[in-house]
Amino acid sequence: MFDTILSGQIIQYLFTGLTIGAIYALTALGFNIIHNVTGIINFAQGDFVVWGGLLMVMFARFFGFPLPVAFFSVVGVMVFIGAFIYYFNIRPIKKPSILTMIMVTIAVSIILQGVAMFIWGKEPYALPSFIEGPPVYVYGAYIMRQSFWVLGISVAMVLFLTFFFNRTLIGKAMRACADDPGAAGLVGISTPLMICAAFMLGSALGAVGGAVITPITLMEYDRGAMIAIKGFGSAILGGLGSFSGAVIAGFMLGILESFATGFVSSAYKDAISLVLILGVLFTKPEGLFGSGANKKA
Amino acid sequence: MKKTAFILFLSVFFFVLSTASGWAADNEPYKIGAIVAVTGNASFLGDPQRNTLEMVVDIINEEGGINGRPVELVLYDTESNASRAVTLARRLITRDNVLAVVGPSTSGESMAVIPVVNRAEVPMIAFGASTRIAEPVEERKWVFKVVPGDDLAIRLKYDYMKRNGIDKIAIATASTDYGISGRQHMRELAPEYDIDIVFDDTYGPGETDLTALLTRIRGTEAQAIINWSIGRTQIVITRNWKQLGMTIPLYQSYGFGSARNIEMAEGAAEGVIVPVSRIVIADLIADDDPHAPVVKRYKRLYEERFNEGVSVFGGHAWDAMFQLRDALAEVGPNRSAIREYMENISGFVGNNSIFNRSPQDHVGLDMDAYVMVKVKDGDWAIIDE
Repeated sequence: MFDTILSGQIIQYLFTGLTIGAIYALTALGFNIIHNVTGIINFAQGDFVVWGGLLMVMFARFFGFPLPVAFFSVVGVMVFIGAFIYYFNIRPIKKPSILTMIMVTIAVSIILQGVAMFIWGKEPYALPSFIEGPPVYVYGAYIMRQSFWVLGISVAMVLFLTFFFNRTLIGKAMRACADDPGAAGLVGISTPLMICAAFMLGSALGAVGGAVITPITLMEYDRGAMIAIKGFGSAILGGLGSFSGAVIAGFMLGILESFATGFVSSAYKDAISLVLILGVLFTKPEGLFGSGANKKA
Repeated sequence: MKKTAFILFLSVFFFVLSTASGWAADNEPYKIGAIVAVTGNASFLGDPQRNTLEMVVDIINEEGGINGRPVELVLYDTESNASRAVTLARRLITRDNVLAVVGPSTSGESMAVIPVVNRAEVPMIAFGASTRIAEPVEERKWVFKVVPGDDLAIRLKYDYMKRNGIDKIAIATASTDYGISGRQHMRELAPEYDIDIVFDDTYGPGETDLTALLTRIRGTEAQAIINWSIGRTQIVITRNWKQLGMTIPLYQSYGFGSARNIEMAEGAAEGVIVPVSRIVIADLIADDDPHAPVVKRYKRLYEERFNEGVSVFGGHAWDAMFQLRDALAEVGPNRSAIREYMENISGFVGNNSIFNRSPQDHVGLDMDAYVMVKVKDGDWAIIDE
């Protein structure tokens, strides 16, 4: 009896952790894409997630779009916002030092949060699950149907990114810019264009995360900072710049938080994950899975 | 030239002074001071309170004032800031020379203002919810309260649970002032009702997923869950409770008493049990309920005038203002006589139920201040029996 309850609990915590971890992983990937191409940490990454969620609510609930249409509209709008941010905030900087670029992304984060507050107000918004239905019962655990969507879409995004960066011309060009912007320029790759592409991809990725998680966690305008911290933490844990590291670290962080809530107390959940991030930064700054190549970060 | 101007000024000055004092003798308004959080993070409390205070003063003056004298409201905004509330309370007492103070909106502000009114010997009717505002009564000589405390809501819940054979419960509270106060009262009162708290945990106010916490409760013998929080987490826990297919009932704090919460839970709130103030369920109250005339009148007048839904918080302002009107009509403009009247008020019917105060109890409310309701078909339904 005790064992079934315990194993049921463990499966429950595992799925809760995987679900929230998927969002951390997507956010960490967003950090990595923009960091790899530009060398900066985009502090607005968490706000992309918020915007993704709130736009999804707006399209699906208030405009009444069918879910797939709403989903791709959200991605479309966020790709546009990503390009907009690049053209009006990043590109005009005359001497793009790392510090000024980072300050600009902080400003972008504040602006996105403020605009979201004006459009949607301060209250949280809910969204129905993509497919309605009772939770699935697995070995003593109840798993929400939306969790499968979150996990499925996250895996799909990781596969897509792997394909994109290894097999497509523009993906390879972005990697070239990341490796050596000077050499990339010499062979005719336009670095500004690649940076713009990185912002478009990063904001779309964040928006996907927001759109799929909102049915589970609700969404409101000021959630961005916490998501950004956890996503950034995952990116650091996984070794800044490493895609596979970010995904593994994101899931790890989510599972750790969930087990901390389950076996210790939810009051200490954030503290435990932040202490872990600090610990890694102190002892192994290149990240758990980081290689020597990423040390320059 | 200068001299003429000066004489002219003096004569005008004395003319104004003489007419003013002559008018003051028989028609000087009764001045009542109000400090509420119109702006800042407690504006959801202070805004409906400001509206209600202005509305009630208009009602009283339209009815011919009190003993033929109009009421004048001097209202300041505390900006949800306790130290500002203290400054403004001093200003009301020393500069505006008010007869009594109503407000402040939050418990923190109310606590901060208590020493000021006690020293100046001015009666205050606070809108904060904390039980400490009116206790210990020896140190609260000039302080009164119109808001029923957390303890009353918890007593009502425990009482209801006992009658339904529940004696093992799980409590989940947010780590905010509101949650901490609720948790403290739940733990204190449980032995009195022979209720065993088999699970007790807190969570952060920003929590987005409470399935792990609920899963732990599932592993205990708890027969019911009480959640004590305001804001998003009370919706999150409701949705998670439904998503996990939990069969034990979920009780929420009175903070859940808003139609928007049912809406945001998207069907998950069905079956949730909440103690609410009557104003939340004004339309459901039977016409022969003694509270019906007051609660229904307040709701109708407020919604007509301000075009927005009435709230529990504005109801506190209504109760305080009408108590003061009764006091002034009875004893006239004398601060210590007003205090004495307020202390012995009995049978006063307000939005927060019927007040029966005494020198030992500066609130004067009992469990009847709340009504147990259940969410049914997306709306509140009064639990009979």
